[in-house]
Amino acid sequence: MPNVIEVENLTKTFGAVTAVDRVSFHVRRGEIFGFLGPNGAGKTTTTRMLTGVVPMDGGSVRIFGHDILKEPVQAKQRFGVVPETSNAYVELTAWQNLMLMGDLYGLDRTRAERRSRDLLETLGLYGRRDQKVQGYSKGMKQRLILAMALIHEPELLFLDEPTSGLDVQSTQMILVLLRDLNTDGTTIFLTTHNMEEANRLCDRIGIIRAGKIVAIDAPERLKTAIDRLHRLEVSFDRPVSADALAGLDGVVKADRTGDKWRIVTEDPDLAIRSLVAFSADCGAAILTLNTLAPSLDEAFLRLTGEERP
Amino acid sequence: MNPAAYGEQARRAWAIARKDIRVYYLKGPVLIFGIFMPVFLFLAFFLGGRDLPLAFLLSGLVGMTLFFTATAVSPAIFPWEGQARTLERLAASPVTIEAIVLGDMIASVLFGIGVTAVTILIAIGLGLPLLHGIVLGVSIPIAACCFSAIGMLLAVPPTNVPSNIMMLSTLLKFPLVFISGIFVPLEQMPAWGLMLAVCSPLTYFTDVVRYAFSGAHHFPVMVDIAALALFALVFTAAAMRLHRRSMPRRM
Ligand SMILES: Nc1ncnc2c1ncn2[C@@H]1O[C@H](COP(=O)(O)OP(=O)(O)OP(=O)(O)O)[C@@H](O)[C@H]1O
Ligand SMILES: [Mg+2]
Repeated sequence: MPNVIEVENLTKTFGAVTAVDRVSFHVRRGEIFGFLGPNGAGKTTTTRMLTGVVPMDGGSVRIFGHDILKEPVQAKQRFGVVPETSNAYVELTAWQNLMLMGDLYGLDRTRAERRSRDLLETLGLYGRRDQKVQGYSKGMKQRLILAMALIHEPELLFLDEPTSGLDVQSTQMILVLLRDLNTDGTTIFLTTHNMEEANRLCDRIGIIRAGKIVAIDAPERLKTAIDRLHRLEVSFDRPVSADALAGLDGVVKADRTGDKWRIVTEDPDLAIRSLVAFSADCGAAILTLNTLAPSLDEAFLRLTGEERP
Repeated sequence: MNPAAYGEQARRAWAIARKDIRVYYLKGPVLIFGIFMPVFLFLAFFLGGRDLPLAFLLSGLVGMTLFFTATAVSPAIFPWEGQARTLERLAASPVTIEAIVLGDMIASVLFGIGVTAVTILIAIGLGLPLLHGIVLGVSIPIAACCFSAIGMLLAVPPTNVPSNIMMLSTLLKFPLVFISGIFVPLEQMPAWGLMLAVCSPLTYFTDVVRYAFSGAHHFPVMVDIAALALFALVFTAAAMRLHRRSMPRRM
């Protein structure tokens, strides 16, 4: 069964507001799926329906083939959740929180203790394990929440903006851990605003706007789908003529900027082949060649902005 | 391991109970309340009810102690956890709502039994003979289950403001005490009073305690215990059902 999450026509309304509007998508085993959207787009509401925290008003969610409404316990047993707001028991210590999680997921004591020690060490909290969570900083709390979500070695992990408001160190620590988990086979569903994070981590990205999915694709393809025209930057070891460049197959326009040429093309593949052939023909060696893809930020703004592409 | 099996869910409920005890019961003010409440009730009774026999007074006192302690904290746990967002954690973990309710009930049962045991020890220390220890030992846990289920029923309205629930539960709990044969013996009640009294589980518990300490009773002991068990079952089932319905509205 390659699909870990299958969502069909998921809908949630709050009074007159349709927070999530007939959303359908799937997440494959082993991938990192990014769920992006502006504030209030419905990311958290969707995540909470996927994790069985709130019921949906319409549609269906299957996790590992278990319907989240009909077999919630079987589904929940197999995933971990890092929710939007930190929710450890602040009157308990980190260690007690982890032991509670171990019990709630049915782990035996030895395994719970071994896992807790490993996770706290990885996340740099082991020395503070017997301190009440009350006294933790935001970053420490977030790392603890991640440890709590991972105690039962889930095959699937949901994270709702896990790095929002954290400093570079905590963010880095969490992102590195996520990548390592994914390498070891954990499927990850990640909600974020952060384009850079999504771009670096995700295999595929779903973009939601006002409760509706507007695009789902790999980050690179999302970017290129937005902008039909690509830019290349090329420099040669000797001067070449602008007309010769502009006349090449696949090149729409060639402008000189400093010692480089900026090429506009509809087909970067064809344009690069032409440039390489041109370089061989006129004996001008290529010094540098860069493709300047549109950024994911641009793609995101275009997809979620008022005017649709 | 089938995580949804009853045994497994019961084990997880026990984990929730231990969490409740740590987080909500083993707190200074709650413990002080637990210890001082019986003491103050003793004082009030001795100062107020000189003309009634000691065994009668004490049975009412033990009944009130168990009733008030078993319903003291549990109604507020759901609102507290809703407010602190920890309820979302429980909702996302592989435990059923029934297991969460059961866990909260176990914690309040243990708290109620603990404080009631203190009260009974004081009573015995005051020279009151315990005539039927086994009957008392059987009926206390059953009554504790029954009262803590009442506590969970009081927690059903899906508010995340603990003080609302505390207010509501106080409003409902006190009238129950007055119709349960604690201040007025059942024999001296008017017919309409007795009709109300048979509807209150506290009546049966007070009756059993009276029997345990003095041998006197209004209903047969088996009727008392059966009534308590029936109330416990019905209230527990109702609490679980109603919480299943109101849980989504807390999120
Ligand atoms: N409990 C609720 N009651 C009423 N409306 C709600 C509730 N939860 C969410 N909404 C509404 O649903 C919409 C989607 O909210 P949601 O929290 O899912 O957005 P989000 O994408 O997670 O935003 P953010 O990036 O700010 O976290 C918003 O219009 C919000 O006001
Ligand atoms: Mg959100």
